[in-house]
Amino acid sequence: MGKKKNRNVGIIGIGQTEYSSHKEDQNQVEMVNEAVRYALEDAKITLDDIDCVIHGNMELFEMIHQPDLWHSLGSGAFGKEQLRITTGGTTGASLVCAADNLVASGMYDVVMAIGLEKLQEGHTTGGITNMADPLWFRHLQTGALTATTATMMMEEFGEDRAKRAAMKYRIMIDKHACLNPRAHRRFGLEYDQAEDLMNTSPQLVGELRLIHMCSQSDGACVMIFASEKKAKELSDKPVWIRDHITAHREETFNCFGLDMPEMTHHYAARTLFGRNGITDPVDYFDVFEMYDPSAWWGLDWLRQFLLLEGDEHIRMLEEDEFDLDGKLPVNPSGGVIASNPIGATAMLRPAEAAMQIRGDAGPQQIKKEVKHALASGFGGTMWTVLMMLEKDLDW
Amino acid sequence: MKRVAVCAVAQHKCDSNLWYKRFQGMLLDVLEEIQAQTGMDFSEETGVRTIITASDDVFDARTISDNGVTDAVGGQYREEEKMAQEGLNGLGYAMATILSGHEDAVYVAGHCKESQPESVNMCTNLAYDPFYGRAMGLDYTNVAALQARDYMEKSGITEEQLAKVVVRARQWASRNPNANAQDLLELGDVMYAPMLCDPIRTTHAYPVSDGAVGFLLASEERAKDFTDNPVWLTGFGTCMDSYFLGDRDLASNFALKKAAERAYKKAGIKDVKKEVDLVEVMDCYAYQQPMWLEGLGFCGDGEGGKFIDEGGLAKYNVNLSGGMLAGNPIMIGGLYRAAEAVLQLKGEAGEHQAADVGRAVVQSTTGGAGQFHTVLVLER
Repeated sequence: MGKKKNRNVGIIGIGQTEYSSHKEDQNQVEMVNEAVRYALEDAKITLDDIDCVIHGNMELFEMIHQPDLWHSLGSGAFGKEQLRITTGGTTGASLVCAADNLVASGMYDVVMAIGLEKLQEGHTTGGITNMADPLWFRHLQTGALTATTATMMMEEFGEDRAKRAAMKYRIMIDKHACLNPRAHRRFGLEYDQAEDLMNTSPQLVGELRLIHMCSQSDGACVMIFASEKKAKELSDKPVWIRDHITAHREETFNCFGLDMPEMTHHYAARTLFGRNGITDPVDYFDVFEMYDPSAWWGLDWLRQFLLLEGDEHIRMLEEDEFDLDGKLPVNPSGGVIASNPIGATAMLRPAEAAMQIRGDAGPQQIKKEVKHALASGFGGTMWTVLMMLEKDLDW
Repeated sequence: MKRVAVCAVAQHKCDSNLWYKRFQGMLLDVLEEIQAQTGMDFSEETGVRTIITASDDVFDARTISDNGVTDAVGGQYREEEKMAQEGLNGLGYAMATILSGHEDAVYVAGHCKESQPESVNMCTNLAYDPFYGRAMGLDYTNVAALQARDYMEKSGITEEQLAKVVVRARQWASRNPNANAQDLLELGDVMYAPMLCDPIRTTHAYPVSDGAVGFLLASEERAKDFTDNPVWLTGFGTCMDSYFLGDRDLASNFALKKAAERAYKKAGIKDVKKEVDLVEVMDCYAYQQPMWLEGLGFCGDGEGGKFIDEGGLAKYNVNLSGGMLAGNPIMIGGLYRAAEAVLQLKGEAGEHQAADVGRAVVQSTTGGAGQFHTVLVLER
């Protein structure tokens, strides 16, 4: 299914807080409210125009049961329809898919989606570890920290080339983050530091080093969606949601021997591209905002999402093809490695992709015209959400 | 508007302590029953591709509670989204997913084991803000008691009328094989039961319950593949009230009235008293049954007591499942209500079947003292 829609849906407003490790001047409600106000200003509408609010974050990170009830003080949901959808790391992207479904259904004309997290108020790795089965896997899980991909890549491409590529990806991402005024971690890394970082950054697990890993951030992201008719009325530059796919997996990462099953990323990509007639994603898309929890995963997943083979993804990286002026810019926002307020993180991806299409992404704006964007979300045990955004309604 | 079909429903029997069963196993039972009824599978070509679950991280004590059940709901390489609210909202969202054209069949599954946490009140205390409400000890029980007192004062509803609600709920529950508390009670058993949280007595409150429910929904065209006796979802509406109790008129039904108005509008209902044959409300506490019925428009404001005395509960086939008072988990109380409505509309409710049910209204609530309400309309 997918592809065929009852009616088209446009993104008409985007609001984000700055992302940082601490927001001690704001409680959760105030943080949500800041992003809601930015999104309404961006869309040039008021709360009166919103039919339904959808909300998502991970309640166990902050230990709030049904946090949407409290957040309604700042979310604007009072007196309105509201839903709360959470899917772990993918939450933000699931909210965008849900908003697309809700508007396309004809049940609501304008929907506002809110993703947030205030990781400072909880223990992120403890929280993530708590997802594992209490009897079988919890004592084995180390949050989202794993070096399996690093080991596999070193085996496949040679230790030196793999390590260099992962660090190059990391530094490229930091260069993008340094341009983004909202990004949390902006280190100002240079490529000539790669050798040093490869050897001195503290090891978290095996070759997954501290520098490779994503941050723990506070922040909120809000997006507003409208039906085609409303979007054209309300906005002079709506961005259209063309199609989206979600692929979840079983509870454990892989307990059936050494044969790796097809990755959900690859499954989602070939299914989504297949039903939309896209044969060469690297050629078709002008930007890819990918949920990259670590430099190793980010680099490895490019091969999966873009349906590349062999070492094509590493070669493209080595040839600077994922830079802002490369063939397919990846994560102009600085990605998840720079900013990671988990319940919002997967919404930051389509949010940045949409701003790139609008051409008002700020200092990290890609120079050439962006017409077709790809955005992904990641969560759970290799769960994936993949969506296509378009500048024009011409597919 | 196009219609969305409920093709099948399956309920796990509710129980106060299913210690011998994991929630994954409960969901698997429900899934297998749906498959037996409809032949539904998760194949690439003709199977269900989208699953909407309903569960809660705090009750399950698991971050991403849906991660623990992906296998048991067919989520392998499939879309799965968790409604992190009372599960009736999952049916509303499933309806949108089908009407959007994105999917033509959706499996909805909810689970909750209230027996797992040390106390339900401890979980719901976490719904209050960490600065004021939590420190004051607020939870859904004592907040409901504030609302009960306010409602009793304003409506003049009596202890005897509330006892009638509970006695009747147990009578119907005794005929429902999926209900939890099925023991019959006399009026005196209810009226003189110990106070749980004044004015809520122990018998006024729903018992701790474990359960799981599943639904198969499909587009009008696709429904034929699964059933020749579909039930249609025709209206859905929700509304959020204020968070701080001091900002609310607790006896006003502000959010429920708006949610009902929205759902009725979508379903084309003009006069609910004349156009609806059956209603299932999420009555976690006895006072909520008449109060929510007022909010839904089956009687006027403050007339709940009179409605009970004049036979309104029988006239509108209120909570023939036994309702929440007979025990369902709070996170999927609305899903159990909807399951009952589907069985009634299909004519498959067995010993608690009502005659000639053409249209049903189902209500659920999330949050303390009905901060958030959901209304769903179903038709034959």
